[in-house]
Amino acid sequence: MKTTNILIAGVGGQGILLASEVLSEVCLMAGLDVKKNEIHGMSQRGGSVVSHVRYGEKVYSSIIPEGEVDIIFSFELMETCRYLPLLRKNGRVVVNDWKIAPPSVALGKQSYPENLIATIAQQFPLTTVVDGLTLALETGNAKTVNSVLLGALSNILDFDHEMWLTALKKMVPEKLVDINLQAFAAGRGING
Amino acid sequence: MNKVLLSGNEAIARGTYEAGALVACAYPGTPSTEILENMTRYKEVNSSWAPNEKVALEVGIGACFGGARALVSMKHVGVNVAADPLFTLTYTGVRGGLVLVTADDPELHSSQNEQDNRNFAKFAKMPMFEPADSQDALDYTKLAFEVSEQFDTPVFLRSTTRISHSKSVVTLGARPDHIPTPSLERNPAKLVMLPGNARKRHYDVEERILKLEEWGCSQSFNRVEKGKGEVGVITAGVSYQYVKEVLPDADVLKLGMIYPLPKQLIRDFAAKYTTLYVVEELDPFIEEQVLAMGIAVIGKAKIPICGELTPGRLAKELFGTELPDESATLKLPQRPPNMCPGCPHRGVFMELNRAKAFVAGDIGCYTLGFMPPLSAMDTCVCMGASIGNATGISKVLSEEDQRKVVAVIGDSTFLHTGINGLMDMVYNNSTATVIILDNRITAMTGRQENPASGYTLDNNPAFRVDLEQLCRAVGVKHVRSIDPYNIALTRKTLREEMARPEVSVIITTRPCVLVPRDNLERRPSLYVDHDACTGCKACLRLGCPAIAWDETSQKSNIDKIICVGCKVCQQTCGFNAFKEIEA
Repeated sequence: MKTTNILIAGVGGQGILLASEVLSEVCLMAGLDVKKNEIHGMSQRGGSVVSHVRYGEKVYSSIIPEGEVDIIFSFELMETCRYLPLLRKNGRVVVNDWKIAPPSVALGKQSYPENLIATIAQQFPLTTVVDGLTLALETGNAKTVNSVLLGALSNILDFDHEMWLTALKKMVPEKLVDINLQAFAAGRGING
Repeated sequence: MNKVLLSGNEAIARGTYEAGALVACAYPGTPSTEILENMTRYKEVNSSWAPNEKVALEVGIGACFGGARALVSMKHVGVNVAADPLFTLTYTGVRGGLVLVTADDPELHSSQNEQDNRNFAKFAKMPMFEPADSQDALDYTKLAFEVSEQFDTPVFLRSTTRISHSKSVVTLGARPDHIPTPSLERNPAKLVMLPGNARKRHYDVEERILKLEEWGCSQSFNRVEKGKGEVGVITAGVSYQYVKEVLPDADVLKLGMIYPLPKQLIRDFAAKYTTLYVVEELDPFIEEQVLAMGIAVIGKAKIPICGELTPGRLAKELFGTELPDESATLKLPQRPPNMCPGCPHRGVFMELNRAKAFVAGDIGCYTLGFMPPLSAMDTCVCMGASIGNATGISKVLSEEDQRKVVAVIGDSTFLHTGINGLMDMVYNNSTATVIILDNRITAMTGRQENPASGYTLDNNPAFRVDLEQLCRAVGVKHVRSIDPYNIALTRKTLREEMARPEVSVIITTRPCVLVPRDNLERRPSLYVDHDACTGCKACLRLGCPAIAWDETSQKSNIDKIICVGCKVCQQTCGFNAFKEIEA
């Protein structure tokens, strides 16, 4: 079995680390070897956050070899583009349609790049764009965006639906389980 | 099934528990911090934050002299602080096992230097284990305690950021049923390191390292993994994983104990190959010792000394494989870390910038005061250095320039090693100004308690060091505590104290906005009244993540979701454009 490599990208505070925890837990439940790597410490300070998740029969490096990313799973448009060179040919992208202005843009010194979705989809036709916030707001809580996105990701990964639900129940704070399951279902419902 | 996903740090904490340790002590520092945070899961172990790494190690040594197993953890530069007790601890040896974790940071993800602490093992003559994943981290922690007692020596466990902060699958074990009861036991020849005693102990230290070297040759943690037999690689730690990715057919000697090296094992292994690599991050630590044995290896001739390895970087250095072209992404706007919305440090740095102060900086969240637009930090060396640096630079300046010198230091850093510098300032008549940025927490590493926060590691209330009294007690006559959310007061106080030709301390007292217990008061978010906003951009000088420039209207906007209502921006606005959102 070939190792699958998923790179999760976004901005500190978006819930990337929780999403990568849930994904890793699902891999473990499926009886696979899994490694997860991220640089944290700056994650609450609005910096770029990236997490690598690798799973398969036997995984060595926790860092995905450059150019061997199978899926970029991204919470923010520009952060997606930062990692596109690491994606393999015919790799997939699952991206949240959301822009967060970095400091230089907020200060009016640079512009947020335009037409990013088109740029991504042109290079990588297997791109799924998710309107995460709209779907999350339908559940009544904007903070469930990460569960919506996990739902969308689950469509293209070969894990049992039940495992995702079990992992979410285990990793999400008890009070927020129901709303996150709803959000996950909304994300899973967007495509076949 | 007892398989779980643990980070290297979680696994070290678990290993400490499973080894039957009774004490764990540390000062927080990335990437080591989570080790002690995770120790709070194990109530059987007395775990605590110390004010600095030297104290942490001394506490660990005391516990080990009492017969308990003790874990002490710190980041790589923390070992510099703890080096004094460390170098004599190898002479005394131990009673209960003592394991010292050094968490190194190749690539400087969150550090001021990239020192390779494997050198400390050789320098202090102390064995060192290096895990390659979380299972190794758990197993080697337990092993290190056993080796510590078996060979009467403290033992290093070396991690790196990619080990500490990566998760992998771990099989859990159990804590022993019987743990020896600590007791008082006098043994001056071993524990009192006066010259007469220490001179004899030095012979024991040298003999012990030779024994460990021989022993290590027959242990399974130093193992050969057979490949196709054409190429040999000697490696350890996280580099092992990259070797397995990039050279899947090579024969690999994976070292679990990287000091002392198992020389005979290396000789036997090396004899089989015409092409032999040593793959290691940072210094040629293994390579130089192998070369000294008269064995030809390829190491730093190909593999860089600076930065961390990745599979791609290793493949590039060994085979010239091109890395993906990332030039297009370099044009994207960067997203550097920033002080949080409502951070009590922000206004202070805006005022330091305005006052054109020469700011001797220190280690903490406030080091972000270096970033534009605040741009108010001129030096940053190590924990506690700001105060001594300010004293020193003042000594050589004209009176006029002396008045520009300000040291900034956080509460935790001040108690770590800043207080000594302040004593020196008073003792030797320095004229510089010190600002203690008291946010009542060790914030940068993820909000850990300290002696001025009022709580312990396990969240029990503790005496809160009175910083103002402490400064007065060492002889500072001018100590003023101010609220840094009050910008006019901050500006006025800063100007007055900078002008004063004597030592003075300003303490800015506002808790970190991320500590819930200190932020119970609800403050309404603000908005920008576009009728009043003239688009002058004065508020943008704060660099607050909640404030953004709107190209279309040519005015500022506030993101009400992340605004915490500190009202600092309101005070920068000359046109009353910042207003509270009514609840």
